Amino acid sequence: MKSRSAETILDESYLETRAKLLEVAAILDRIDRANGEGGRLPGDAAKRREQLTQAINILLTDSADRAEQIQQLFSREYDPDWRATFGLLPEHASNSAPQSRES
Amino acid sequence: MDFIDPHLHMVSRTTDDYETLARMGCVAISEPAFWAGFDRGSADGFRDYFEQLTAVEPKRAAQFGIQHHCWLCINAKEAENVSLSREVIAMIPEFLDRPGVLGIGEIGLNKNTKNEATVFLEHLDLAIEHDQLILIHTPHLEDKYQGTRMILDMLCDDSRINPDRVLVDHVEEHTIGEVLDRGFWAGMTLYPVTKCTPDRAADMIERFGGERLLANSAGDWGVSKPTAVPDLIYQMRRRGCDESLIRRVVHDNPSEFFAKSGKFAAPVR
Ligand SMILES: [Zn+2]
Repeated sequence: MKSRSAETILDESYLETRAKLLEVAAILDRIDRANGEGGRLPGDAAKRREQLTQAINILLTDSADRAEQIQQLFSREYDPDWRATFGLLPEHASNSAPQSRES
Repeated sequence: MDFIDPHLHMVSRTTDDYETLARMGCVAISEPAFWAGFDRGSADGFRDYFEQLTAVEPKRAAQFGIQHHCWLCINAKEAENVSLSREVIAMIPEFLDRPGVLGIGEIGLNKNTKNEATVFLEHLDLAIEHDQLILIHTPHLEDKYQGTRMILDMLCDDSRINPDRVLVDHVEEHTIGEVLDRGFWAGMTLYPVTKCTPDRAADMIERFGGERLLANSAGDWGVSKPTAVPDLIYQMRRRGCDESLIRRVVHDNPSEFFAKSGKFAAPVR
């Protein structure tokens, strides 16, 4: 695949990214305004607000897979023993044990 | 460019959409059986739906020179009702020999429950018993990662399943790697809000290459865009991607995968 230079990509997406950042900033301002000074979000909402902060922190890192990390942040956890928990252990088992696959 | 949309719910779309798709180069569509927006009251409701998928839609598509194919199952949402699911699964073989049927799908998980997993496993038995291809729906948003891992467990724990005959759909950045690594085909769904944009899909193609990768609109009765695949073609061209890579993802890969059913040949102009 012919790849564009980093400079070209930045040029092409600069205004779009600026607009998206402004959108996020305005949403956070809106939440704060509605909450009033020193106001606290109730339990579940506070957790979700904290998740947004964590996502923003991921953006500040230098890693190569920020999109994947943000996806993981907003994902429910996977339990490798779920089949035992559900009582649905394999009938036509293949050679590899399911537990061994979790990295 | 000629393209195939491998996941498009045309029963929910207008005839005008068929015409627009044809104008944009769509040569074939595959339509998985899915949730109608309400829970159906009986297995007969599904019988009528399968009739629509296998008899009515192919005729509607043919008016515009588009091939229409389909997949049959009870979707993951209604699979929460295990007894209804068993009735529907028992009826599906009546339809499997119809010309447009490519396999069993879109089966999968929705909220990752025990009932959904039970019905998923019974669909796998059905597919294996009748030597059918499988198309898989992975859940959305916070349920996607967990649900995809559970689905991959069920597929990989079953020695009868050949990954080369299974397409795992709605992959995103956190699920695509594992699906491809284990030898399955992967579908990226381009959707306005909850799924993946053409730009992010193009990123995944850049990162993973074009092998066993497909793109679809999953257009349905909700906010969606049936012409999303041409959006991806446009985006890839803007990036300077090779035409051969674009064609591979939007045409050759779906053709190759569908042909494994023995019932698909890509239209020749
Ligand atoms: Zn669908």
